Amino acid sequence: MNEPISFFSGFGPKDLWFLAQAAWQTLIISVLSISAGTVLGIFFGWILSESKIAGAITLGFVLDAFRSVPLIIQLVLFYNLFNVVGLAMNPFWAGVIILGVYTSALVANVARGGIEAVGAPMRRAGRSLGLSYLQTMQHVVWPIGLRAVFPSWVGVALGVLKDSALVSVLGHPELLKVARDLITRTQQPLLVLAVAGAFYFALSYPISRYAAHLERKWQS
Amino acid sequence: MIEIKDLHKYFGDLHVLKGIDLNVQKGEVLSIIGASGSGKSTLLYCINGLEAIQKGEVLVDGVSVHAKDTDLNKLRTKMGMVFQQFNSFPHLTALENVALAPKIVKGKSKAEAKEIARAQLEHVGLGDKIDNYPSALSGGQQQRLAIARALAMEPEYMLFDEATSALDPELVGEVLDTMRLLAEEGMTMICVTHEMGFARDVSDRVAYFHQGIMEEIGPPKQIFGEPTSEHTAKFLANVR
Repeated sequence: MNEPISFFSGFGPKDLWFLAQAAWQTLIISVLSISAGTVLGIFFGWILSESKIAGAITLGFVLDAFRSVPLIIQLVLFYNLFNVVGLAMNPFWAGVIILGVYTSALVANVARGGIEAVGAPMRRAGRSLGLSYLQTMQHVVWPIGLRAVFPSWVGVALGVLKDSALVSVLGHPELLKVARDLITRTQQPLLVLAVAGAFYFALSYPISRYAAHLERKWQS
Repeated sequence: MIEIKDLHKYFGDLHVLKGIDLNVQKGEVLSIIGASGSGKSTLLYCINGLEAIQKGEVLVDGVSVHAKDTDLNKLRTKMGMVFQQFNSFPHLTALENVALAPKIVKGKSKAEAKEIARAQLEHVGLGDKIDNYPSALSGGQQQRLAIARALAMEPEYMLFDEATSALDPELVGEVLDTMRLLAEEGMTMICVTHEMGFARDVSDRVAYFHQGIMEEIGPPKQIFGEPTSEHTAKFLANVR
């Protein structure tokens, strides 16, 4: 006699492997969107710090919008908008792009603060040595200013890593999506969520440790 | 030679420099004294092109600093500048602070730039601090680092903007000694200073600034001994 087909089965070792693969997806989404968002955000922050009027009105407004609207709304809205305007892309890339832009809006403000914290005397010192404006930025203002706000940037990066869970609404099998699927199957929400949470912690903890290490190094 | 002709500078409505005429010859040490707000520091910024001017002209070896087609970055390598704030780059070691501009601006190789930096740090007496970050240096050492950083570009002129004003009294001497050393080596220097002893002993000429006007200029003996302007006399009586 055949065994009865069961739609529900307990959490097994294989599921741990599923979650590990999903954690890998979360990591890739986060690394891509944080990297792109950071580069873009520093550029935006620089523009904001330099052009007080035009920058503040146009770019500042757009970035404020991205910072103010809940990420989950942005994800659903833009993912569908991409489809409507014929830029259909899979949930992975849509997630990376939207999360990246969101990150850049957060980083822009952090970066602006750092760049503006490097005062006129320090910039004059660079220029008086014959460095051009861009050379002064590259070798003096950015290294000093961005290091000063590095702890805030780490906060943004860890936040985005956790917020990447929202990409699950687009259906990409990242950590939270897979965890929810497993809960449906195993009916063991506490266990599955605890394991998924442990994976998020395992991704975040090395970052914050490494950041702390860098800060100590720069302070000495 | 530095030639300043009928230089006017405004900050908004504020007339900061009211027609300055001044020539500084190669090898000369000029000290500029005067009360705060008399325009002394602004004059240095105008010479280096860090501030725009509204009228007149500044020529450095015949090149107009404020002309549109002047390559200011190139011209500035002729003029080292030391500020009241030390402005050491905190993310670089003493050696890297000094090596930065030769490497970036003059395109020297890493090894060459380091060699120049080492030599200049020894020149100002910081040979044993090359691997220290500025945070580990005293104010006087940071200011000497700033001097070495300017010297590394092999400037023909050195501009000092109240280089000792931000220092604790016991640290002033070491910076003045370094400036004295440069003067003895024949460096052309313009020093905005509140150190009357330095102005008297080291300068070839002393200029007194009062409310945006150069009231008088002459050898230190005359300025300190028999000033012709009553403003100068009053100022000197107050600082003594």
